[in-house]
Amino acid sequence: MNVFQQLTAKPWLAAGAAPEDLRHPDEAHRAAKKSALWVFLAVVGVLFMLLVFAYGGRMTYGDWRPAPQLKLLWANTFVLILSSVALQWAQVSVRRGQMDAMRVGLLAGGAFTVVFLFGQLLAWRQLGTMGYFDVTNPAIAFFYLITGIHGLHLVGGLVAWGRTAARVWGKFDVAAIRQSVELCTLYWHFLLGVWLVLFGLLFTGNNLDLLLKLCGIR
Amino acid sequence: MSYVAHDATTLVPPAEVEEVELYHPKTFVGKYIWSQDAKIIAIQYAITAIGIGVVALVLSWLMRLQLGYPDTFSFIDPSNYLQFVSLHGMIMVIYLLTALFLGGFGNYLIPLMVGARDMVFPYVNMVSYWVYLFAVLLLGASFFVPGGPTGAGWTLYPPQAILAGTPGATWGIILMLVSLAFFIIGFTMGGLNYVVTVLQARTRGMTLMRMPLTVWGIFTATILALLAFPALFVSAIMLLLDLLLGTSFFMPAIVSMGEQGGQTGGSPVLFQHLFWFFGHPEVYIVALPAFGIVSDLISVHARKNIFGYRMMVWAIVIIGALSFVVWAHHMYVSGMNPYFGFFFATTTLIIAIPTALKVYNWVLTLWRGNIQLTVPMLFAIGFVFTFINGGLTGLFLGNPTVSMPLSDTMFVVAHFHMVMAIAPILVVFGAIYHWYPKMTGRMLDDTLGKIHFWITFVGSYGIYYPMHYLGMMGVPRRYYAITGTDFITESAHSVNVGITIAALIVGAAQLVFFYNLVRSYFKGKPSGGNPWNATTLEWQTPDTPPKHGNFGATLPLVYRWAYDYSVPGADQDFIPQNVPPREAAGSGSKA
Repeated sequence: MNVFQQLTAKPWLAAGAAPEDLRHPDEAHRAAKKSALWVFLAVVGVLFMLLVFAYGGRMTYGDWRPAPQLKLLWANTFVLILSSVALQWAQVSVRRGQMDAMRVGLLAGGAFTVVFLFGQLLAWRQLGTMGYFDVTNPAIAFFYLITGIHGLHLVGGLVAWGRTAARVWGKFDVAAIRQSVELCTLYWHFLLGVWLVLFGLLFTGNNLDLLLKLCGIR
Repeated sequence: MSYVAHDATTLVPPAEVEEVELYHPKTFVGKYIWSQDAKIIAIQYAITAIGIGVVALVLSWLMRLQLGYPDTFSFIDPSNYLQFVSLHGMIMVIYLLTALFLGGFGNYLIPLMVGARDMVFPYVNMVSYWVYLFAVLLLGASFFVPGGPTGAGWTLYPPQAILAGTPGATWGIILMLVSLAFFIIGFTMGGLNYVVTVLQARTRGMTLMRMPLTVWGIFTATILALLAFPALFVSAIMLLLDLLLGTSFFMPAIVSMGEQGGQTGGSPVLFQHLFWFFGHPEVYIVALPAFGIVSDLISVHARKNIFGYRMMVWAIVIIGALSFVVWAHHMYVSGMNPYFGFFFATTTLIIAIPTALKVYNWVLTLWRGNIQLTVPMLFAIGFVFTFINGGLTGLFLGNPTVSMPLSDTMFVVAHFHMVMAIAPILVVFGAIYHWYPKMTGRMLDDTLGKIHFWITFVGSYGIYYPMHYLGMMGVPRRYYAITGTDFITESAHSVNVGITIAALIVGAAQLVFFYNLVRSYFKGKPSGGNPWNATTLEWQTPDTPPKHGNFGATLPLVYRWAYDYSVPGADQDFIPQNVPPREAAGSGSKA
C-alpha cells in the first residue's frame, strides 16, 4: 500500500487486506537504520539550508564585503568528489561480492576525506593570514562557520566509516557490512551535494549573486 | 454512512514472533539508571523535566510577588527579575514541555501503542536522556555562576543578550547557549528514535491510519522538532561566536556604555528570523502531542469513537506543515516590510482552519457520548475550553494592525500562557492521571485529583483572564516595576495583587498532585491491566506495569483501529485493537 492509499484508508470500516508478513528482526533493524539515516539527512539538510539563507539574507545588505576566493577550494572539492567516487566503488563492489575491491574503495574513500579535511584546514590558514582577514566581516565569519560545520559532519561520518572499516578484515557478516558501506556512501554523497551547493553558491566568488538576481532580490 | 461490522475482516492467525534481542540488565543500576528500556527512560525524562519545571514554577512565583507587591521584597532586584523571566520561559517551553511530551510521553507511549518491544535504537535512546540531563544541569549551574543566569528574556535577542549591562551577560548566557546546543543534540538522538520507531517498528496490522492520535501527535511534533531545532542550534552557535570570538553575525556596530564596540555589520533581525523559525514550530511541538493525547482521552472517557479520525490526522499534519511558514508573526514590530507582514498574517490565520476543525471534532466526540467525568476527562475538557480561549486571542495577535499596539504588553503574556502553557499542561495532567495506572499498577486518588483539577483550572483563569485587560490598558510585559505612568490606573495594581494571589494558590495546588503521585504509588487502589476499558495496545500488555519487551512472547496483532467504543451489538462497550473479528463476533457483536 502506498502512502496515499494508507492515509486515505477508512480505518473505521473493515480492513479487508491481511496485515503484511512480519519481517525478520535483522531485516527490520536494517530498515530502521536506513530510515534513521534519511531522517538525519533531512535534519542536516535543514541546518545547511538555514545557513545558506542566513548568508544570502545578510548579503543583500548594502555594506556586504565578499570574502576572497581561495583557489585551494577547487582542489578540495575535487578530492571530496574522489572520496565519494571511491565509496561508490566500494558500494558497487560489496553488492557484487568483490570484497577486496570493497576494502580498497572504503579505505580510499576515508583517505580522500582526510585529505579534504586537511585541505579545508589549510584553506582556513590561508584566509587567516590574508590581509582580508577580519573576523567582524560576516562573509569571513560565515566562511569559517559553514566550512567548520560541514567539516564536523564529515568527521562524524569518519567515525561511522572507521567502525565499518575495522570490521571488514577476517570473517564478517556480509549483509551487515554491505549495509554499513551503503549507509556511509549515502551519507558521503549527501555531504558532497551539500558541499557543492555551499561551494557553488558561497565560496566560488560568485557569492550567491546570480541566485539573488534570479530571485529579484538584487 | 452505514456501519460495517468488523467481522468482515479476514482472520489472520497470530504468528510466532521471534524474540528481539533486547539488552536485559541484571543490576539495579543497569535497570533503572543506565536503562535502555524506553519506559524507564520515559520516567527519567519525566522526573527530570518536572523537577526543573518546579524550579521554573518557583521563579514565576517570585515574579508575581514582585508584580503584586512591588517594593516589598528586598531579594528581588531588577536584574533578578529579568533573570526569573528569562529562565522561567526557557525552562517551561523547552526543558519542561518539549522534554516531557516527546521524551516522556513519546518514550513511554510510542513503543507500547504501536506494538513494538522497545524503541528501535535503545542505546541511542539512553544517551539521549543523559545528554538532556547534562543540558539541564548546565542550565541549573547558571544560577550559581558569577553574574547569575542570563536575563536576556527567553528569546535571547541580540545585541542586548550579550552586552554588558544585561544580567548574566558573561557566564549565564554562555551556559544558556551551550545548554541549548546540548539539549538539541540529545533531542535529535531521541527524535530519530521516535520517528523511526513509528515508521519501522509497528506491529502487524498497525497501519498508519490505525494508530491512536496520541502517536500521530507525538510523531508529527517530533518531525517538527527535528526540522526546527537546527535553527535554534545555528543561532545559538552564532551568538556564542559573536560573544566569544567577536564575530559579527548578529552584532551591529554599537555604542555601549559610552564605548564603541569592536563589532560591525551584524544583523540582529537575522537572529530573530532564525529564532522564530524554530520558535513558532516550537508552539506546535508542544501543542500537537497535546492535541493527540486529548483526542484519546476524550474518546476513551466519552466511550465513543473519535469524530472524524482522518480529519484529525490530516489536521495534525497540516498544522505541522503550516507552522513553518508563520514565524514572522512574532516580528511585526521588527520593522519588516509590510507586505511580508501581510503574508505572515494570512498564513497565520489559515492555521485557524485545521485547528478549529480539531476543536469541533472534540466537541462532536463529546456530543451524545457516554461521558465519564473522570479526572483525565475533566482535564481534557478543561483543555478544550482553555485552548479555545487562547486561540481566540491569537486571532487578535495574528493581525498586524491589532497586534502592534498590543505588542509587548501583558495581553501577549496572557495569550500564550492560555494557549501554550495552561492548555498543554492540563493535557499533561490529564495524561498522567490516565496512564499512571499503567506505569505503576495503581490508581491515583480520585478526590485529590478533582481538588487538583478544579483549583488548577479555575485558578489559571484567575491568573490569565484579568491579564488580558492589563494588556489592553497598555501594561508592558517584562517590566520590573511600573512607575510614573498616567495611563496605568491604580486598579491595575489591584488586579496585579489578585493575579499574584491566584498564581500562588495554583502553584501550591500542585503540591496536592505531587502528594497524590507519591501516596498512590504506595497506597493507591490496584488498577488492574485496563482500568479505563480502553482499546489501545498499551492497555493489553500481559503485565502491569509492562515488563521490558512490553508484550511477552508474541507481539500483538492488530485487527482494528483504536476507537471501537460502544460498537453496536458488542458485549462490552469497547473492543481492543488486538481482538480478532471472530472473537468480537463470538462475544455477541452482530454477525
